Amino acid sequence: MLKKDGVPSPEELEGVKPSQERLEEGPVVIVECMQEIPCDPCYYACPKEAFRPFGDINEKPEIDYEKCNGCSICIANCPGLAIFVLDYNYSEKEGLLKIPYELKPLPEKEEKVIVLNRAGEEIGKGRVVQVLNTKKQDRTAIISIAVPKEILMDARHIRLIRGSTDEG
Amino acid sequence: MRIKDHPILSFAEGKKVEFTFEGKILTGKEGEPIAAALHDAGIRVLRHSPRHNRPRGFFCAIGNCSSCLMVVDGKPNVKVCVTPLQEGMRVQYQKGKGDINAAN
Amino acid sequence: MRQTDLAIIGAGPAGLAAALEAATAGAKVILLERDEWLGGQLVKQTHQFFGSKKEFAGMRGIDIATHFSEQIEKNKDIEVFTGATALGYYEDGVLTAAYSGRMLKIKPKTMLVASGAMEKMIPFNNNDLPGVYGAGAVQTLMNVYGVAPGKRVLMVGAGNIGLIVSYQLMQAGIEVEAIIEGSSQVGGYWVHASKIRRMGVPILTNHTILKAIGEEKVEGALITEIDENWKPLEGTEREVSVDNICLAVGLSPLAELLWQAGCQMEFSPQLGGYVPVRDEDLETSQEGIYIAGDVAGIEEATSAILEGQLAGISAARKMGFAVEDKKIEQIKENLKSLRAGPVGEHIRQGLAQVER
Repeated sequence: MLKKDGVPSPEELEGVKPSQERLEEGPVVIVECMQEIPCDPCYYACPKEAFRPFGDINEKPEIDYEKCNGCSICIANCPGLAIFVLDYNYSEKEGLLKIPYELKPLPEKEEKVIVLNRAGEEIGKGRVVQVLNTKKQDRTAIISIAVPKEILMDARHIRLIRGSTDEG
Repeated sequence: MRIKDHPILSFAEGKKVEFTFEGKILTGKEGEPIAAALHDAGIRVLRHSPRHNRPRGFFCAIGNCSSCLMVVDGKPNVKVCVTPLQEGMRVQYQKGKGDINAAN
Repeated sequence: MRQTDLAIIGAGPAGLAAALEAATAGAKVILLERDEWLGGQLVKQTHQFFGSKKEFAGMRGIDIATHFSEQIEKNKDIEVFTGATALGYYEDGVLTAAYSGRMLKIKPKTMLVASGAMEKMIPFNNNDLPGVYGAGAVQTLMNVYGVAPGKRVLMVGAGNIGLIVSYQLMQAGIEVEAIIEGSSQVGGYWVHASKIRRMGVPILTNHTILKAIGEEKVEGALITEIDENWKPLEGTEREVSVDNICLAVGLSPLAELLWQAGCQMEFSPQLGGYVPVRDEDLETSQEGIYIAGDVAGIEEATSAILEGQLAGISAARKMGFAVEDKKIEQIKENLKSLRAGPVGEHIRQGLAQVER
């Protein structure tokens, strides 16, 4: 549970997941912002106006999944690094996960990485497909990782294999 | 230990200067707090407390708490967390309250 | 003796915002800062700020500091003294400060105290051992001077500071053993907690530290699970191997100057300790003495900026400079909306007690 240990429960997650139908239609955002905090940059970031305007900036973001095309601009604009983009149909067996990444070194394209879930547990391996770190992103890189479809909804972070000391 | 590769920050190289700590020659960046250079060199104990002779180190980093008082160029009670490092400084442990008459 | 319209003590987010607002209204400002730089704690904040995009949300704290500093340096009506520590405020309205080995004497028409806060300490065995550092000190060492505070850190406190500094430690390549928190809940924003959880750092609520282990410096820590009355649960003690224990257990306002100036003070647990009674324009019980930022109540940088704007503009209006009422109302509105949600509840409660 988020307030207990920072990991959302399945019930908490249910409230922020796009529907399975929408997931299968193509790239879409998942905004894992589940607490009312004063924050609104996501609304201003979206060129498609998929974030509903905030009446009170403490409201949780509400997303119109029909307007979202998974463009990923919002990822680097979220101060909480709570926005991810999922492409369920990336390939037959793989889904594509886009995550914000503010660590050094950055992974490289085609690099194999360890995939972690929301609790930091290893849940499989992934392949880096793209590393975006433009000036506009202001030092929050966006990493696209191809992962097995069945772990797409749980995968939320990566750990590099190279130079890793605690991999056993 | 210096932080080299940082995703958000870049640290200026700075001018290297030599200073001594208990007679041993160390190097640091000119103008950084003496405490930062000592910390980089792995030195954690900066003085010993007057009554119970307990080791004291860096603590608040803003000149508030007096944990880091040392003897610098013979002068006691120098807050090394906010005192800029200069070439040739002589830095020593402080024992107890320090003796202002010992300053040269 | 220097004369000025407004003397501001502290060039953190509150003091900087206040200086710009007051100078824009036409006031001459003297800005005193104890550090050698402007920006206060902003210079250590590598993360993007929350709040409203209309203010600074989305910008990193370090860049907000630069943004303010550049504007202040360009402004002819603001005279800046860095490395200047305010010493006292006297009955004849004279403010003194230690500056460059001598004493500055200033007679301001109005004064704004934006002196910030200092870290709280908690009791445990050996808490004076070198290697037990305040979270602010850890940030200063690693983010301002680029020196690693240790190789492996135990973070004490899961409020926003504990969570953010843990993330910053990981960004600097330093391991975080765990974040321990005495209460049963994460106190900081959940998004900060999630961010470090997925990097593999455990957050142990209902846990506390019993002892720092080591002779001359920290070599480990003894932690334990506790019950709802903060009593250690037998058999849950364990040692962790760390060389740094970082304390993020709250802040208390640095209000000495306000006490000395005779401002009416009140204890508010929600605001972090003794804070001055104030009116809605942030004027204290002493006419012409204003407050803004953490010294007025522990909050965060965005509210400090807004409070600074409000106090600066209010002080200018008090001295007769032309100020648009609409602008003051807008700042108050922005502050109100920032505090309107559930995470602002304790602030609203605290303010209800000290606002007159």
